[in-house]
Amino acid sequence: MYGGGYIFEDSRNGSDSAEDPRKLEDFEARIQAGEKIEPMDWMPAEYRKQLIRMIEQHAHSEIIGALPEGTWITRAPGFRRKLALMAKVQDEVGHAQLLYSAAETLGKPRETMINDLISGKSKYSNVFNYPAVTWADTAIIAWLIDAGAIINQVANSKGSYGPYCRALERICMEESFHLKYGHDNVVFLATGTPKQREMVQDALNRWWKPIMHFFGPSDKISVHTETLMRWKVKMASNDDMRQKFLDMYVPKIWELGLTIPDPKLKKNEDTGHWDYTEPDWEEFKRVINGDGPCNKERLAVRRRAEEKGEWVRRALMRNAEEYSVPLS
Amino acid sequence: MSLKSLDPRITREGLPETHDASPLGEIHHWGTYEVFHQTKKGDRHIHVGSVHAPNPEMAYILAKEQFARRAPCVSLWVVKTTDVYQTNYRDEDMYENNPEKMYREAGGYKVMERINKYKKDHPQNK
Repeated sequence: MYGGGYIFEDSRNGSDSAEDPRKLEDFEARIQAGEKIEPMDWMPAEYRKQLIRMIEQHAHSEIIGALPEGTWITRAPGFRRKLALMAKVQDEVGHAQLLYSAAETLGKPRETMINDLISGKSKYSNVFNYPAVTWADTAIIAWLIDAGAIINQVANSKGSYGPYCRALERICMEESFHLKYGHDNVVFLATGTPKQREMVQDALNRWWKPIMHFFGPSDKISVHTETLMRWKVKMASNDDMRQKFLDMYVPKIWELGLTIPDPKLKKNEDTGHWDYTEPDWEEFKRVINGDGPCNKERLAVRRRAEEKGEWVRRALMRNAEEYSVPLS
Repeated sequence: MSLKSLDPRITREGLPETHDASPLGEIHHWGTYEVFHQTKKGDRHIHVGSVHAPNPEMAYILAKEQFARRAPCVSLWVVKTTDVYQTNYRDEDMYENNPEKMYREAGGYKVMERINKYKKDHPQNK
């Protein structure tokens, strides 16, 4: 499970002024009453657009997120870890399929989404533009990136769009072992030899910055947040999710005697919130826009996979076959 | 020059160093199939999602991978999405029951009052 809390913004500012005010009122009343919106229901164009972008980015994050971990399958230390890592990576790719289907019900075909990913038009979670340098990096990803994603996705599974909620419920159900698996790997290294401890500490040092970036910039910067939260597209603010993550996982990191590379990180007893060094949002934007250590590799690998598989898809293709939108 | 990766297998692929933003050559849109899943014999099949496939056999193979990989499963059905005839939520009022249809509800049949009155009137039947 890899979906970040952050939906990359469209530069155009959304507007719902063109919508029929009565339909919009009914729609918002249904959401207020806790009803789910289904594909055939009326919905504002902006709701559809934002959901497509969010679910699509989530799906892309799942398949691209499989790459930094997948690279370690052939070099996993031991057979059991290799099996577990293969199972986890396969789950993530399966989650992408579920999410693409959910996004498709809103009217964007899957192949178009994959094309937009490969051309760089659609984004995916920024953390996967960083490399998994050692085996310990996969342990940190499986534990802490999955933990962050779980916080975001448990919140989103209570959202308003039926197909997305159902996909997330299934994802969360399948997810139960990933976090445990990641924690197990981190604990094994942290309680092991000095060399193993050093490896996991190095990996944590490398990943802390991407982890703090994971939920996105402070909500004050985001133009869409208010409407998206009213429509239950976004269920929690970026800052709230980051605080929740720190609440749950900083103590678990510290209890292993590991250190976090942020001297300002501490729980503020007065506010009840965590104080931390403000992440470098300029770097975040720079990496999103293509200038990260692995952006080119991720997209090139994805493109090569699509190109290599094309003959199979063509061989199976029948002329009579027509695209249809999944039901729900 | 080709792309250098930490993963030797990726380095060996000889991928281009610069990002190629061109769209993929050919797009093959397969149809979609709805998937129904039975977790144990005797249970009903339940709709769990959909897969893209060029034919029912491939739909079955992909559905097995997608929906029977983790959860228990004894049987799968796949149905072409376009073969599903569906109603629209706009017409949901057609499913509403009105009070005159109590004759087809279990709760529309209340006999205890009459039985109790009969028993009271005919104590000798005890």
